[in-house]
Amino acid sequence: MLGNEAIARGLVEAGCAVATAYPGTPSSEILPAVARFRADEKLGGHVQWAVNEKVAFEIAYAASISGLRAAVSMKQVGLNVASDPLMSAAYMGAKGGFLVISADDPGPHSSQTEQDSRLMAMMAKIPVLDPASPLQAKQMVAAGFRLSEEFSIPVLLRPTTRVCHSRQDIELSVPAPCELNPDYRKDPLRWAATPKFRFKLHGELEDKLARIAGWEATRPVQLNRARGGSLAVVASGVAAAHAAEIFKALGLWENLPLYQVLQPYPLHTDFCRKILESCESVLVLEETTGVIEMQLASRGQVRGKLSGDVPSVGEILPEDIEQIVAGFAGVKVAARRIQQAPGRRPTLCAGCPHRAAFFAIKKAAPKGVYPSDIGCYTLGLNLGAVDTVLCMGAAVSQAAGFHHALKNRAKQPPIVATIGDSTFFHSGIAPLVDSVVQKVPFVLVILDNSTTAMTGNQPTAASGWGVNGESLARVDLAAVVKGCGVGFCRQADPYAIKEFAALLKEALAYCRDHGPAVVISKRPCLLDLRRRGGNWEPKQVVVTEACDGCGFCVTQFECPALVLAEGDKQVVLDTMVCTGCGVCVEVCPKKALEVVG
Amino acid sequence: MKNGTAQQLVISGVGGQGVLFLTRLLAEAAMDKGLAVFTSETHGMAQRGGTVISHLKVGDFTSPMIRPGCADGLLVLKEENLDLHAGYGRAGAWAVVNSRHPVPSRQGDCPLEVATVDAFGLAREVASPRSSNLVVLGRAITICRDMFCGPDDIVRVLERRLAGDEQRLHKAVTAFRAGMKAQQ
Repeated sequence: MLGNEAIARGLVEAGCAVATAYPGTPSSEILPAVARFRADEKLGGHVQWAVNEKVAFEIAYAASISGLRAAVSMKQVGLNVASDPLMSAAYMGAKGGFLVISADDPGPHSSQTEQDSRLMAMMAKIPVLDPASPLQAKQMVAAGFRLSEEFSIPVLLRPTTRVCHSRQDIELSVPAPCELNPDYRKDPLRWAATPKFRFKLHGELEDKLARIAGWEATRPVQLNRARGGSLAVVASGVAAAHAAEIFKALGLWENLPLYQVLQPYPLHTDFCRKILESCESVLVLEETTGVIEMQLASRGQVRGKLSGDVPSVGEILPEDIEQIVAGFAGVKVAARRIQQAPGRRPTLCAGCPHRAAFFAIKKAAPKGVYPSDIGCYTLGLNLGAVDTVLCMGAAVSQAAGFHHALKNRAKQPPIVATIGDSTFFHSGIAPLVDSVVQKVPFVLVILDNSTTAMTGNQPTAASGWGVNGESLARVDLAAVVKGCGVGFCRQADPYAIKEFAALLKEALAYCRDHGPAVVISKRPCLLDLRRRGGNWEPKQVVVTEACDGCGFCVTQFECPALVLAEGDKQVVLDTMVCTGCGVCVEVCPKKALEVVG
Repeated sequence: MKNGTAQQLVISGVGGQGVLFLTRLLAEAAMDKGLAVFTSETHGMAQRGGTVISHLKVGDFTSPMIRPGCADGLLVLKEENLDLHAGYGRAGAWAVVNSRHPVPSRQGDCPLEVATVDAFGLAREVASPRSSNLVVLGRAITICRDMFCGPDDIVRVLERRLAGDEQRLHKAVTAFRAGMKAQQ
């Protein structure tokens, strides 16, 4: 079972009544698995994708206030979006057990930052649990609900990529009866507390934290039976799992104490005291920031990221831990490292409608400024059609910002921003309203592939179906755009590159006098279409004699099916990769690509 | 099985080749035999045609990842990845590489016994190009004498995973068997 499925199973077995999420790697598989397990077990309750993490958080939190067990899951940067309700919810506390699951991505493998959600827990002043394996993540869901209910506090569960996307054999238990009867009671002094009462709640929160730092169930555990000498190693998360294996390989299992911290914040007070009293030197292994290390506040005794013994950037791989532990324990080990070669860069799929849209954008506004956003289409970078990627929704506000910054240039560059449909619903609407008010002249291309593709084809607000395929209402994207006050909103198929580029030019002309123009690039994600059994009639494309190997299609269109190997005189079409979209035929300046049959 | 306890395999390719599918297949085969199993997989952006690697550990392990110099075998679905990931192999490890032409065994820092199979060619011939991952697996299960599972175990998992899709199941099993028969 995948780590994310193990977390989901834990939620269902613990009687979680409401589960919400916004997809984001490495957390995306949690919610669909919750929906699947609940359906299998014929359980009630509510499971949904929300338009963003803040919305997801607030829906689940209201269930907790109503006395039900609830959980919200997201990736670490999603917690930034949900940080506003998180900070307040910490003060007000929880009633039904409330778990906030924020999956971190040390590496980063598929994220904008390597931020450590445990620091966010510290800032909010809530406890955080740090699992080492899928099995432990499942167990921590149950422990987290108990902790949350015993202290009336939201609890953060922080798995990392290596837990979420690990697979482990796991035994299933029968789900506990899921409490669906709410116990909603008005208590405005708490749930709508004014600043004076927030002060009181803050005091109560500090008191809770002091008691949680002595809670038995989440106390650090010693993984081996080594008797303490002057050294000890303290690890958390998957670093503890790596360390256990490495201790055995290095022959340290019997003589060097290895502790796993289950709850990195607040760190258990007596554990801190005892280990600092009894050891001369303590090595801390954790990802991604030195959260445990900071709380073991004796700089001369503690080695970790702050002391420079453990790298503070990137994930700590088992081979890194092997070297660090060997050095700490004074044993010799050969250095074995995989050279981190770049490998093959990711690219938009063959047949991806975004590629056609980007090509048309470059054609319509060749010297443009191209702010973009988070999703598959970030890979428009490879085509030179993406200049900036900041965070969800920033394409729209940055387009406005670039206009204000560049408007005094003698020749103003055209600004064409790109954003996906799901990202637009997530965070693009507010900045679009703002740009209408400011009459910002730019074109926003909404790349509407009718799905949240990058994270595994979850539905969007316009899909009309939910996490388990159930039928839902459908929000009309164009109506939302028009409702924001945009005067120019047209839709076209990007596969017809010429017509699409012509429409973009029309939009550019409009925006100069009237403010933002929106073009909806409408064409489903091919992966999604095929998976859902949609209608797709591939064309057969061939490279003709007219190809002189100029490489224009390879550099400017960058389809993985078109290959020009070094020394080759003509482009070769990789029929294994080609999806038969036929768009490249319009791209070739030599007319050397043809559709046959 | 090696030492009766443990086996560590690396599965390497690019996004879209079915690295995850192979990983899951092998993990289920291990579970069917009552063996403990850990995997570590690549999801997210790299799945869009980028370099993808899975670690599979069968036996008594606590970490989901394989350290360099510890893998017993490598399944390499894209030839160019052999250079990237050969370092995971222990001395004397095997590697099955998807390649049209022979690839010499590796000496030096990370010696590997390399076998090749034209997985794309064979898959296209007997099933569909998308089954090339199973051709590589078929070849691996034939050359690796102490694999934790046998061909019948794999077919059983395929039958379960692809139940209800006769056509896909037939293609998968055909590709797998073609890999087993392949000689290069």
